[in-house]
Amino acid sequence: MSDSVLYSVFLLVSLGVIAAIVLYIVSKKFYVYENPLISEVDDILPAANCGGCGSPGCKAFADKLVNTEDISELFCPVGGNEVMKQVSEILGKEVTEKDPTVAVLLCQGGCEVRPKTTIYQGPRTCAISAMVYGGETDCQYGCLGDGDCVAVCDFDAMYMDKNTGLPVIDTDKCTSCEACVKACPRDIIEMRPLNKRDLKIFVGCLNQDKAGIAKKACDVACIGCSKCEDICPKDAVIMTDTLAYIDPMVCTLCRKCVEVCPTHSIIETNFPPKKVKKPKEEKPKREKVAVVKAKVESVNPKTDA
Amino acid sequence: MLKTFPKGGIHPEENKITSSKAIKRMPVPKVVYVPIAQHIGIPAEIIVDRKDKVEIGQVIAKSGGFVSSNIHSPVAGTVTKLDMIVDTSGYKKQCIVIRTDQKNESNFEIPDFPLKKEISMDQKNILQHITDCGIVGLGGATFPSHVKLDLKNDNHVDCLIINGVECEPYLTADHRLMLEKADEIIVGIQILMHALHINEAIIGIENNKKDAIKVLKQAAKSDKRIKVAALQVKYPQGSEKQLIKAIVQREVPIGGLPMDVGVIVHNVGTIFAIYQAVQYDQPLIERVVTVTGKKIENASNFWVRIGTPIKDLVEEVGGLPEGTRKIVNGGPMMGKAIKNTDVPVTKGTSGILVISEDEASRQDPKNCIRCGQCVFVCPMGLEPHLLMNLSEKGMYEKAAYEDIMTCIECGSCSYVCPSHRPLLDYIRFGKSIVKKINTTKN
Amino acid sequence: MADPIIISASPHIHSARTSEKVMYDVLYALIPAFLVSIYVFGIRALVLTSVAVISCIVFEYLIQKYLLKTESTITDGSALITGILLAFNLPSNLPIWMIIVGALIAIGVAKLSFGGLGYNIFNPALVGRVFLLVCFPVQMTSWPTAVENNWSLVDAVTGETTLGIIKEGLMYGETMSTISEKIPSTMELLLGITSGSVGEMSALALLLGGVFLIVRKVITWHIPATIIVTMAVVTGVFWLVNPEQYANPLIHILSGGAILGAFYMATDLVTSPMTKKGMVIFAIGIAIITVVIRLFGAYPEGISFAILIMNAFVPLINKYFKPRRFGNQIKSKIV
Repeated sequence: MSDSVLYSVFLLVSLGVIAAIVLYIVSKKFYVYENPLISEVDDILPAANCGGCGSPGCKAFADKLVNTEDISELFCPVGGNEVMKQVSEILGKEVTEKDPTVAVLLCQGGCEVRPKTTIYQGPRTCAISAMVYGGETDCQYGCLGDGDCVAVCDFDAMYMDKNTGLPVIDTDKCTSCEACVKACPRDIIEMRPLNKRDLKIFVGCLNQDKAGIAKKACDVACIGCSKCEDICPKDAVIMTDTLAYIDPMVCTLCRKCVEVCPTHSIIETNFPPKKVKKPKEEKPKREKVAVVKAKVESVNPKTDA
Repeated sequence: MLKTFPKGGIHPEENKITSSKAIKRMPVPKVVYVPIAQHIGIPAEIIVDRKDKVEIGQVIAKSGGFVSSNIHSPVAGTVTKLDMIVDTSGYKKQCIVIRTDQKNESNFEIPDFPLKKEISMDQKNILQHITDCGIVGLGGATFPSHVKLDLKNDNHVDCLIINGVECEPYLTADHRLMLEKADEIIVGIQILMHALHINEAIIGIENNKKDAIKVLKQAAKSDKRIKVAALQVKYPQGSEKQLIKAIVQREVPIGGLPMDVGVIVHNVGTIFAIYQAVQYDQPLIERVVTVTGKKIENASNFWVRIGTPIKDLVEEVGGLPEGTRKIVNGGPMMGKAIKNTDVPVTKGTSGILVISEDEASRQDPKNCIRCGQCVFVCPMGLEPHLLMNLSEKGMYEKAAYEDIMTCIECGSCSYVCPSHRPLLDYIRFGKSIVKKINTTKN
Repeated sequence: MADPIIISASPHIHSARTSEKVMYDVLYALIPAFLVSIYVFGIRALVLTSVAVISCIVFEYLIQKYLLKTESTITDGSALITGILLAFNLPSNLPIWMIIVGALIAIGVAKLSFGGLGYNIFNPALVGRVFLLVCFPVQMTSWPTAVENNWSLVDAVTGETTLGIIKEGLMYGETMSTISEKIPSTMELLLGITSGSVGEMSALALLLGGVFLIVRKVITWHIPATIIVTMAVVTGVFWLVNPEQYANPLIHILSGGAILGAFYMATDLVTSPMTKKGMVIFAIGIAIITVVIRLFGAYPEGISFAILIMNAFVPLINKYFKPRRFGNQIKSKIV
């Protein structure tokens, strides 16, 4: 019996050794040379494989960076300027700095302000429901609420708000990969520059219908009244016939348009509340009067004496 | 055994409740909304302005290219605006809005066109008339007819097939037209045969319209070249490719046209419009529309001017009944559901169907039980369950390989699926993406 | 306030068929065979079937609700059918706890672990049966003798199935002429006075149910007809060559659950091919493998294994036997 055990052990060990030798020879013979820089660059890239750079995955982008002469056009939105700087140091090539951006939903027509006038029955994905009809409300430009953008976000930066039926974008997690922009069949999501304190001002409406029709469909629609254009000190508001658009490159976040919009269509985010300023403004005026009087009185005693 | 296409097909309930109602004339609408994109191809270009006065039949939008069609004013009146109006697709499209001049007699004269049998024009003139009068396919596809009839000299076309099948449940517009205008239709067929030098014409009619078969056989007696073929009642018998296969047993190749197998197909409504265009220079300004539904009081068929809001039609049959949950522009298998009745009637509107509570809702979809029913009923030999899966998962190239573009969107698969899966919704979506990929490649 | 208008894509009408109706049609088709079985095996058959059905439904509910945390689908009728078909494949004197184990394997392993209804590759009832056969071979092959008008709960005598008798006899060198005295006559096989599992008794009752299913368009004739014809042809060839060593085709078709397998197990919608061409290939494969196992293999009965083996080939069959696309001829026919 020990013979057969010995034989089996010997046979298996030799098989193992032969297999190891064969694998070693094959791995040496068919070795593919890869530029070591590619793995170095790949290590610093964020490994999100989101496609935001335009390449199919981080390794492919690393390959492109190493093998292209001029990489000033290439940019990794997830890694941002930091990562691109490191890449530039490793490869010794120039990179351009880009301002950080964030995805913004240009529609605030939630369930409460934009009532549903029909019921849609069918697959609940925006790509298909956009094809079937103008939507469950009377506004054919607004958000459909079926969540294709939320589904496609690789970074967990979006979720559906149950009360309004609109997607919400978490600015901290958004990496500007633009997947949601491409997924939206109505082009409602836009990339706007990211402010340090996440201050944003934008027109939350894309409705191109005339004032009466737009307002009937949605309470907070832009009716194209042009009041924002008139009041903007920097000419940042671009008006088409019936729709306003705030150019983020010109806008200085002064908030004058927000106050003046009759339908509250312009949205401001993360600004401190304004109301506290009014009582403070009144008090200094009264104090000033008292100070002037005191000064006048104090002058007189000199003349008396 | 009556002829039919061998592969696939379903037998929905026919519900032809208006088949015995003679076509009535709709009163002239007060305002008409005429879209400029009522046909396949390039939209027409508007040639009138606000406040212009127009006559009945005057061209108000010119053909925008070869695959396009003229649009004529259906009433005499004044152009009030050029506006964006919601049409059947649910999105706003450019329309010409005309207010009817109530004092203009020509609006209220019922046109009297006695039967005119003599064909006095030559081929070129006939085709020119068809082009000028804005004739498009009235079966629902609205393909500009003159494009279909533009045959090169070395064409092999030897057979003209007339589609009198009307396989969609509920619709009876073509049926009534065949009963009431049989002689005119025969003359129309003779006009086309003369223009295209074709020696054989076959009218295909489903066997549930036995009276129409009899009437047309009688009318065609004098002309040996025109035959009437009674076909088995099966949906989608009226689809071009299935009709050709059933009548002359020829299969249009994938990606091909009926011309490739020597056949041209036209709807009976189009033939009647061609007859009127050639013999009386009458442009396409009205068509037969069936307004029907199980709970509609006076469901009937009507001659309707293009641009009439559907609201007027619904009022004419007694208003929307209580419990209406769906309004369909077209038949129940391929028509489009519309949201409100302000949508205007266009050249492609064959019927308005009102569906009530019990039949309107879709049931929730369940898992695919792999029963294969969708494969059995598909008339094009496709596998709808596979195409839906591929479209859902984004594998569009594989879907194109599995011939998703040959789908005729008849709806048989969704109709028959026991798990109520939205097969056609996903296949349509897959087709739109594959089309987009193909156009960006080329 | 009127309910709002519904919009959806076409088509706007639907046929009255639903998957529940399909399942219940299968249930009605199995009733004649079930009645014969109670007549022959007594209340025990009823008990066995009820235990199988109830365990299948309960296990499906428990696993879906608490393990998978999804909605329960016990109302769609598929667990019911799996339970009945599982019971039909077992001998009626099987201990109750074994039936429950079989149900757990059938529903938990063969159906739910693959993803639920529509996602399983193998026929759940057959997986349950084969599992029990492999784990408890003794109890699974002790068949109660069929006794007419049997209403007792206690089983008296155990015996062998027809095919079992043939196999054993041939192994011990007997010829078919001597064996044929020991096995039931063709009429008895047809009517069901023989021993075997609960469901494979009366070929006649099963045929009735099968025809009902074909008429109701739940299944097509392709799979059952092809299986039976191919089995008849293959066994017929062997029988003609050497009638003493091989049983005649009629015995093969009418016994061993061939009819049960052909009409109810192989035609299971989820695990059979979706095109008619594919179905015929599938059926031929099942028939050949069954005959090979019966004539040359260790087991007297092979249809369960044959169906499971061919189930594994179904995705491949679906891929290569596609329906002909309309208009795919190379040259267009111009007259």
